[in-house]
Amino acid sequence: MNLSDVFMISLLALLLLSGISACLTKNLLVSFIIFMAYSVIMSVVWALLQAPDLAITEAAVGAGISSVLLFITLKKLRDIQKRSEDEKT
Amino acid sequence: MLQTLWENRIQCVAVLIFAVGFSTLLLHRNLVKKIIGLNIMDTAAYLFLTSIGYIRGRLAPIIVGTDTDPSHYANPLPAGLVLTGIVVSVSVTALMLALTIRLYDQYHTLNLDEIYYMALREQEGGQ
Amino acid sequence: MKKHNWKQILRQWDEGRFDLTMALPEQTEPDHAGPDLPYRWDRRDRVRALERRELRLFERMYPWLSALLCVVIVLWLFWAVAELPAFGDPQAPAHNQVMERYVGRGTQETGAVNTVAGVILDYRAFDTLGESHVLFAAATAVLVLLMAAGKEDGEYRRELAIMHTESILRNTVRVIVPVVLLFGLYVMFNGHLGPGGGFSGGAVLGAGLILYAISFGFDAIERFLNFRSYRATVLVSLCFYSLAKCYAFFCGANHLPVIFSAGTPGRIFSAGLILPLNLAVGLIVACTMYGFYSVFKRGRI
Repeated sequence: MNLSDVFMISLLALLLLSGISACLTKNLLVSFIIFMAYSVIMSVVWALLQAPDLAITEAAVGAGISSVLLFITLKKLRDIQKRSEDEKT
Repeated sequence: MLQTLWENRIQCVAVLIFAVGFSTLLLHRNLVKKIIGLNIMDTAAYLFLTSIGYIRGRLAPIIVGTDTDPSHYANPLPAGLVLTGIVVSVSVTALMLALTIRLYDQYHTLNLDEIYYMALREQEGGQ
Repeated sequence: MKKHNWKQILRQWDEGRFDLTMALPEQTEPDHAGPDLPYRWDRRDRVRALERRELRLFERMYPWLSALLCVVIVLWLFWAVAELPAFGDPQAPAHNQVMERYVGRGTQETGAVNTVAGVILDYRAFDTLGESHVLFAAATAVLVLLMAAGKEDGEYRRELAIMHTESILRNTVRVIVPVVLLFGLYVMFNGHLGPGGGFSGGAVLGAGLILYAISFGFDAIERFLNFRSYRATVLVSLCFYSLAKCYAFFCGANHLPVIFSAGTPGRIFSAGLILPLNLAVGLIVACTMYGFYSVFKRGRI
């Protein structure tokens, strides 16, 4: 087992860990941030698997755009909640 | 068998991540969490496909010079398939998030069970 | 809880007027709903609905059944993985003559040095065409869904006024965004020469546009990308893609010469249609990503 195998195995362990914790975290914001980290680790794994096209795309899409969409969704949900509370009072 | 599983450890991790995403999709009540679970499932399937395309000791399928011997490069086909899949999965995510916002606007909760009961009652009330 | 008249229920079920989910409680209007107020659901309704026996049974069984399903699927997949050829094996059946053809003669036939670009934009361009349409349809669907929800222009103005004071963010973005956009364009233009292509370049470009819109507001970005130019860009790109591939398929099927030649592999203007198709796909992806952000943020593009 050489050094690159060790690196790959540690990346896979991190991937599994971040995937599980992104699913188990109660707080949605924390969960989104862990999901971003998961995407970045996944893009490194793809770069190691000799697929650089996928690595670039995943780094831009997974860590950039889907996370931005998730954050905006969270903010919008809070806005809706605040508005309905204002209407009630 | 354990030997093969250890050799195919990337595929094993892909299966495990797929299971994590799938169980989140099935068991979590929160709609946004379900969407994250579906995304994780997506990336697990892509990881599996990409690891099929890897060949030990070969470089990415970008031709160097005039060397077009197929036995020097990795398989470009899974990468091409996954590349389209990633971009489709982000548009699916956006669509699901938009639907979630509309549901929250209507029912003021993210819990799928509550939404289901409310919709059921609403339907009966309308009859 | 009243007793059921099972004979009557069975007769109703036989006639198709009854299903099990409407078995229990009668409707009672909640007291807090006024005559003109919209009817609001609260937790009491949920509790009442939970009383239904069938749904309660379903709730009790559901976690166990889904956990069982997960375990079964995982064991099944592990069994499949154990039967797969070893990881990285050059003799695996996935690396068959298709891959040999794509790698061995791809550069000669399509002119693309990056074989992946040659596969997705030449050999399998029809797939990519459908995918661009999927992106367009998704952006349209999101626009339709969220169009009504964006009536917060005043709130957005207030946010923008707060952002004007964030000089650290603005100055950082002023330095970073040109680099990001330039990198996106580079990846897009070099899709046939190196790693990248329309999808990755378009995603990077879209991320740069989103970053710019976050820190400088939509007014700054509407100088060059408003709804009209969004529509025009996406439409022209999709039409160009369809027409160019129609032409290429027609010529290829009838053994006619194509005016887009493969050129010298390695030059920037080579590889026939792949460079313009990469540009078209990249523009569609960038516009769609920015459009998602804009629609989510303020309800319109």
